[in-house]
Amino acid sequence: MTNGDPSVVVRDLVKRFGDFVAVDHISLEAQRGEIFGFLGPNGAGKSTTIRMLCGLLHPTSGHATVAGIDVAREPEKVRQQIGYMSQKFSLYNDLRVIENLRFFGGMYKVSSSALPERIRWALDMAGLTDRESAITGTLATGWKQRLALGCAVLHRPPILFLDEPTSGVDPISRRQFWELIHRMAGEGVTVFVTTHYMDEAEYCNRLVLIYRGQIVASGSPTELKQRAMKGELLLVECEPLGPALETLKSAPGVMDAAVFGDALHLVVPEASEAVHTLNSYLSERGIRVKKIETIRPSLEDVFVSLTTTHAQSAPDRRPQ
Amino acid sequence: MTEPNAAIRASELTKRFPGVLAVDRLSFDVSPGEIFGLVGPDGAGKTTTLRMLAGVLAPDSGSALVAGIDIIRSPEGARHAISYMPQRFGLYDDLTVYENIRFYGDIFGIRPVQREQRAQRLLAAAGLGEFRARLAGKLSGGMKQKLGLVCALIHTPKVILLDEPTNGVDPVSRREFWAILYSLLAEGVAILTSTAYLDEAERCHRVALLHQGRLLFCDTPAALKQNLPGAVISIVSADPRQVRETLEKAEGISSLVLVGSGVHLVVDDAARRIPELRARLEGSGASFEVIEQITPTIEDLFVAAVQGGIAGKQP
Repeated sequence: MTNGDPSVVVRDLVKRFGDFVAVDHISLEAQRGEIFGFLGPNGAGKSTTIRMLCGLLHPTSGHATVAGIDVAREPEKVRQQIGYMSQKFSLYNDLRVIENLRFFGGMYKVSSSALPERIRWALDMAGLTDRESAITGTLATGWKQRLALGCAVLHRPPILFLDEPTSGVDPISRRQFWELIHRMAGEGVTVFVTTHYMDEAEYCNRLVLIYRGQIVASGSPTELKQRAMKGELLLVECEPLGPALETLKSAPGVMDAAVFGDALHLVVPEASEAVHTLNSYLSERGIRVKKIETIRPSLEDVFVSLTTTHAQSAPDRRPQ
Repeated sequence: MTEPNAAIRASELTKRFPGVLAVDRLSFDVSPGEIFGLVGPDGAGKTTTLRMLAGVLAPDSGSALVAGIDIIRSPEGARHAISYMPQRFGLYDDLTVYENIRFYGDIFGIRPVQREQRAQRLLAAAGLGEFRARLAGKLSGGMKQKLGLVCALIHTPKVILLDEPTNGVDPVSRREFWAILYSLLAEGVAILTSTAYLDEAERCHRVALLHQGRLLFCDTPAALKQNLPGAVISIVSADPRQVRETLEKAEGISSLVLVGSGVHLVVDDAARRIPELRARLEGSGASFEVIEQITPTIEDLFVAAVQGGIAGKQP
């Protein structure tokens, strides 16, 4: 899928705002044709990193190249190499579909000889071939989203940045959107996705989790679910739930306890051992256990586990 | 469904806006002590439904009882029993966290002693205890949402209506937010919350899955998943595209989606298809690590319902 040709290379990238270290020695590589997910809570340093990679913000120190271009030395040149699309698609709702495409074609300096073919391509990709004179604001969200994607890649950028591209979109449009993204990646486009929605993260080939300006984990979604979590996950169905939660929070060996609908999710160091001890621990306290079983962690479980572990182990040097 | 003591009872609620049927004969009940989710994408009718139940928007037809009061006939009558948190909750950025709480306490006529007790408990649960003196405008998105919830809950409502309260909130804050909701259930409140994130449906006791104003399904998350015709199979592979090409024409597959670590398929019969698919992959030399059945998600059900016509479509 990838040919070992890194298209985004980041080495020891740092960005300070006064005393505040927004990005703290980040290093990563994204390969050509890779869908690379950049995850982290609000304020973790995702946007600051992306802004530096887009040539919009000058790094304090470190080094980053995008399509071989140094983002600090030649920020204008970088911008010609990238496409950018955010959840708030920057389309003009009162313009027609075709007018939006022409506008973005002009903005990205697509040559007038190439533009008609690119617009045809974008309309076809978005499924809007017969609706080019529709007012953009009247389109359903899924179509708008694909139009925004078409606008973002009119100039054939080798690198595409997506910022929570499918949040709130219906699942069918979302699947169609990711299908398009996977196709572009297959053609060699490197896709850089920032999100804190785990269902978007599942579509990425590789994920990097950033917290307080630092990378705390990386790997494919499957690898992260198998390896990154400290401890194992148990599902406990029991009655009454509220008192069970309270007592389990301070039970020996329970690292985390949370309600999930009618059940509890517990993080424990070793599942098979904990099943025995918890069964008796709960019945001794008058709680009836209906079911207790090992479950696989979701990406969200991994995310929460990693960020809380780091929050406890490392002092926050960032102002609140 | 027909719980006699329902805290919320929506019957055939319908609302039309110019050119769109926003909510189409929607009926459901929510019991005291229950968290009920209105789940669906943007435009499914979630906000319109919540506004009608909060008494701030009149339906075209249908009726609704909230805390035993006909909310359409006497919207003012149920106000004291309802806490409604719209998507943009009115926090004052230039007031501190505690000043915002005091303000809402005054609006609801809460006595200072009670207000202080409740604020202390809610702020601690929200992880905001040490931020009482911070200006609301200086809080992060997730903290603002939690403060909005604290303010909305400073009185003791019977029914809580929340419109996409976790939108834009990161997973850690989301968990804290849900922990607060669960902790309120002991008071016997009924909570109706909306979300566009289908994975959040798993946290509710029951959910109504909405699409284009209509109810697709209404049940517990576990029961919902049993409605999925067929089974979901995951194939972990470093080259998902090759796996897809190899399997595209295989029998019994109703959907095939590329994900980051491989491919997800919906098949008619897992026990029969897994060996077939495995043989096909091995025969073609496509590289894969694991092929196995996985638990379907609410999203799988939603897609199957809308695409496969399990539920009716709108014109």
